[in-house]
Amino acid sequence: MPKLNMVQAINLGLKQEMTADDSVVILGEDVGVDGGVFRVTDGLIDEFGEARVIDTPLAESGIVGTSIGMALAGLKPVAEMQFSGFSYLMFHQWESQATRFRSRSQGQFTVPLVIRMPYGGGVRAMEHHSESREAIYAHTPGGKVVIPSTPRNARALIVAAIRDPDPVVFMEPKHSYRAFKEEVPEAEEVLPIGKAQVVKEGGDLTLVSFGAMMRPTRKAAAEIEEQRGITIEVIDLLSISPLDSDTIVESVSKTGRCAIVQEAPRSFGVASEIIARINDRALLYLEAPVKRITGYDVITPYFGREKPYMPTVGRIKRGLIETLDF
Amino acid sequence: MSYQETHQFSVPTLQILDEQGAVDPKLEPDIDAEKLLEIYRYMCLARVADERMLKLQRQGRMGTFGPSSGQEAISVTAACAMGKDDWFVGAFRELGGRLVRGEDIVNELVFYNGFEEGNVFPEATGGRLLPINIVIGTQLLQATGLGYAMKYRGEDSAVVAFMGDGATSQGDFHEALNFAAVWKAPVVFISQNNQWAISVPRDKQTNSRTLAQKGIAYDMPCIQVDGNDVLAVHEAVTEALERAYRGEGPTFIEAVTYRLMMHTTADDPRKYRPEEEEKLWWEKEPLIRFRKYLEDKGLWDETKEAALAEEIRQEVDTAVQRFESVTDYPLDEPFAHVYGESHPELERQHQEFLAELREEADDA
Repeated sequence: MPKLNMVQAINLGLKQEMTADDSVVILGEDVGVDGGVFRVTDGLIDEFGEARVIDTPLAESGIVGTSIGMALAGLKPVAEMQFSGFSYLMFHQWESQATRFRSRSQGQFTVPLVIRMPYGGGVRAMEHHSESREAIYAHTPGGKVVIPSTPRNARALIVAAIRDPDPVVFMEPKHSYRAFKEEVPEAEEVLPIGKAQVVKEGGDLTLVSFGAMMRPTRKAAAEIEEQRGITIEVIDLLSISPLDSDTIVESVSKTGRCAIVQEAPRSFGVASEIIARINDRALLYLEAPVKRITGYDVITPYFGREKPYMPTVGRIKRGLIETLDF
Repeated sequence: MSYQETHQFSVPTLQILDEQGAVDPKLEPDIDAEKLLEIYRYMCLARVADERMLKLQRQGRMGTFGPSSGQEAISVTAACAMGKDDWFVGAFRELGGRLVRGEDIVNELVFYNGFEEGNVFPEATGGRLLPINIVIGTQLLQATGLGYAMKYRGEDSAVVAFMGDGATSQGDFHEALNFAAVWKAPVVFISQNNQWAISVPRDKQTNSRTLAQKGIAYDMPCIQVDGNDVLAVHEAVTEALERAYRGEGPTFIEAVTYRLMMHTTADDPRKYRPEEEEKLWWEKEPLIRFRKYLEDKGLWDETKEAALAEEIRQEVDTAVQRFESVTDYPLDEPFAHVYGESHPELERQHQEFLAELREEADDA
């Protein structure tokens, strides 16, 4: 199996789906000749031509709005937002059109659309290039939000997103784009959307995270396990919406303790939603309050001081100890 | 060195049938009698349906809606000029055109009475009629995307997309025209300039002397037509469609008309515009002059008019009866259409909703 980084893995998934199905088209800013500013679509224009890999005008609402039209006509567009920080211009199309056509027409019209966007901090980028705003998209029913964490699951999930009959926001942790490589099988691999993965079993605490935060989360878990001689169950959400509460509830019912790590601001986010779901279905199993280890409710700082605003291995470990010692 | 003029632009304006119903013989298009009568029939049907819907709303038998009286010539004529495989992308003042494309009057009544079932269209639409679009201007990008897909699939069909005058101020309008022009997408954009966006008059909406000229920025053929003149609308739309079918890209048509009624039934125009202005435009409305044209051509007379009026009255009556005969819309239907496949959390909420319904029923 070839070892690929996440950029190469997503590229592989796109290429294979485009080869298998000529209704798959890619569009966005600089996705063609330039191969995308992160090179995720590199080489695809050479292989599939400019009718299928479209360098669009610089307008995010235009990209998503026209993609919706293509999807209504039976194409499977994969639209790229160059950075999630530029995606807000298309939010109206997401909220008012992409997510609604199925419900509005009782299933007569559907929008099989993928909107890819790199998100998250830690890459020393300019303003608007470092935010985590997954909760905004997850709040709209009718759409899905998927966030991979490794090259292999990124490839399996982009394939699932393209085949999904509903609109999917596919948020790519840009900090993990080239951070590490993983063996990715050439043969088809698909992961179900809406299903979390228990990436490590354990009995003393449930630790939930997703995307770029999976790496510090797993490191912190391993260090605490060794320090304390305990075992931690680590869950990678993979899908933010639909959120797989069954896997979380089952784990928390077993461990009685839970901590959640997210890069995004603390309030109104994924961690808060998970706590609400635990509250609904597993409250009486808890032996400690569920801990949120998150960004702060501030505007994402410029990169000069972004580091302490993101959960670090140290901060995650302190959160775990607080939860274990409660 | 000196400044030089690089390009000059002009906006053509077209009227063929004037306010009195006199036709300009040099410009009169060759439209067969059957089609002329079809256009007239649907314009009358839309007017009567509009009036009936207003009554139903006032009687509390239907919800809020936006009347289209006075604007029938635009969507009806465009729809009659379209080919079978063309897409119709409306805003919300194209009642007549939607009926031409195979929608049932009942669809409108159910839609405006607050049920999504109104958007489940008869097979006659061929699946190429999008539901009414309530928010302003977003649908234009769908039209461009549909056009791209037509072109990508090598179909020689096109998309006709409608908006009002207010929509031309939206970013999505400009993005839709820009993308369509760059892609040479087969789209005919029609702005129904009815002079008012709720209370904001045309001259406060944009400083542009015409709406049509907004197409020039995208190097798109554009034209301003008398939107109450069936023949001018037919000519402009037919030419635009032929251009689209030939692969020559989009067209922007400004159809000048007037919103004879309120914005929606929740609106009172007395607050912001003089009745004299409305009276003036009632004299220029599209039905009377088109009827005169048909009479002058020997295609129409009093007897035919009376027969059509009766036929339409019955058609609308029947539609209202069918609309009111269905009242048992399943309340949990929205749960069935969030996703292609539901998920466990949604299913739990669905069961909770059903249990709540039972509780409410017990309380009653």
